[in-house]
Amino acid sequence: MSGTLLEVDDLRVDFPTRTGLVQAVRGVSFTLGRERLGIVGESGSGKSQTGRAIMGLTPPQARISARKLAFDGIDLLGISPRQRRALRGNRIAMILQDPKYSLDPVMSIGRQIVETLRTHEKVSKAEARERALAMLEAVQIRDPKRVFDLHPHEVSGGMGQRAMIAMMLIAGPEMMIADEPTSALDVTVQLDVLGILDKLVSDRGMGLIFISHDLRLVSSFCDRVIVMYAGKVVEQLKASELGQAQHPYTRGLLNCMPRIGFERHPLPVLDRKPEWAA
Amino acid sequence: MTAAITVDGLEVIFDRFRALKGVSLEVRSGESFGLVGESGSGKSTLLRAIAGLAPVASGSINVNGKTLGTRRDKAFYREVQMVFQDPYGSLHPRQTVDRLLQEPLAIHGFADGEKRIERALDEVGLGNGFRFRYAHQLSGGQRQRVAIARALILEPSILLLDEPTSALDASVQAEVLNLLEEVRRRRKLTFLMVSHDLAIITHMCERLMVMQSGEAVENLTAAQLVAHRVTEDYTRNLLRASEGFVRA
Repeated sequence: MSGTLLEVDDLRVDFPTRTGLVQAVRGVSFTLGRERLGIVGESGSGKSQTGRAIMGLTPPQARISARKLAFDGIDLLGISPRQRRALRGNRIAMILQDPKYSLDPVMSIGRQIVETLRTHEKVSKAEARERALAMLEAVQIRDPKRVFDLHPHEVSGGMGQRAMIAMMLIAGPEMMIADEPTSALDVTVQLDVLGILDKLVSDRGMGLIFISHDLRLVSSFCDRVIVMYAGKVVEQLKASELGQAQHPYTRGLLNCMPRIGFERHPLPVLDRKPEWAA
Repeated sequence: MTAAITVDGLEVIFDRFRALKGVSLEVRSGESFGLVGESGSGKSTLLRAIAGLAPVASGSINVNGKTLGTRRDKAFYREVQMVFQDPYGSLHPRQTVDRLLQEPLAIHGFADGEKRIERALDEVGLGNGFRFRYAHQLSGGQRQRVAIARALILEPSILLLDEPTSALDASVQAEVLNLLEEVRRRRKLTFLMVSHDLAIITHMCERLMVMQSGEAVENLTAAQLVAHRVTEDYTRNLLRASEGFVRA
């Protein structure tokens, strides 16, 4: 690992609600270099809130605290919203789950990509258009000129997700957070999109945080995996050593999925222990 | 063995879009049959056409020896019930579980509703304590159990399952799949199950049909799929995709 890009130490995200405090993230710590890190957990495990807190997209009513939350030495909790905004989309980018909801429905795809670029860099309209087209080509969209003028509802899910990747990469970020980037896609399209993401991330030497509920997919894609349960990290391990996972939750998650060629009736189910959440 | 569902040359057309282009299918009684394919392949449309929820343009559907017309009678719904994908959308948000389960009983004029509701909840592993809760007070897995209880309460012989676990977490998915297998064994049900996940289909079904853009690509047994004895490239692609990401 060459240099630390992101340091997270004892990150906590709390939501005050009518029925009391909901602790979504309870003391998560990890570091990220120029590598692919997977965060895995089930719904409600706090994996998405961890990503959002790093990105600065936590809802305003939530309370965030951390001993350290630093990106490239910049204290993310200490800087002004304005400085934070300058980082977002420029040096830190985020890919969301469903292009149907996360792209602007009334703006053409090309304009959205150009908008991102011109927010962060002083470039002429013509140059911005050129670079947007080049970026669309880099995410393997066959006819970039046509797609440039299409609106999000006119493209398929896979195409929309490629457009989002293009939009996120155009400013040349150093770190990318991908929150379930392929869960809304068909399995075959999923692999294409992952292939594109993989290539771009390794070519540019970016740090990637890949958030997913799919332990198997994450371990085939990432270098390192963090497993979260009830707002805490229960296990950190190398993706290649997933088979030797120690924590019963990790092993349970791996086991309970049906696999082709491994007949098990009934499927093993997770026996959740209260001490896992302690 | 007799056929529970026979579909012959089924065409479904939405406006001018041909969602199903002459699909034929035979599901034997007591069998579990799977439909796989990508979104837009017509697998859900086929299921919905059988349930009477899609506009059939031509072709025939035969269930338990009876050819179905455009209108389904009450007797049909006592035989065939459906479980939908999204447990958040398929349960009425302002009705208690008790009220939800009473609806089919009232429609079909069952007298012993009390007992049936208790038994149905018991069967899906939810105790009586869940009877007077609302859907929003339940987790995704619990909701899908309620949806299964609602389908089972009329004691149908055929269950149509449209991606019953794709909205659930992996561990909850395992529980729901186990439950479905158990009720099938106990009640000798026929399943017709739709999923985009080959692993789930090979786990649950004995035979399956692969679909692509409204047409049947090939018919296979689960054993053939496990042994990779497939003839079509499209199926091979699906199989490869289900094995996870491989770095080029």
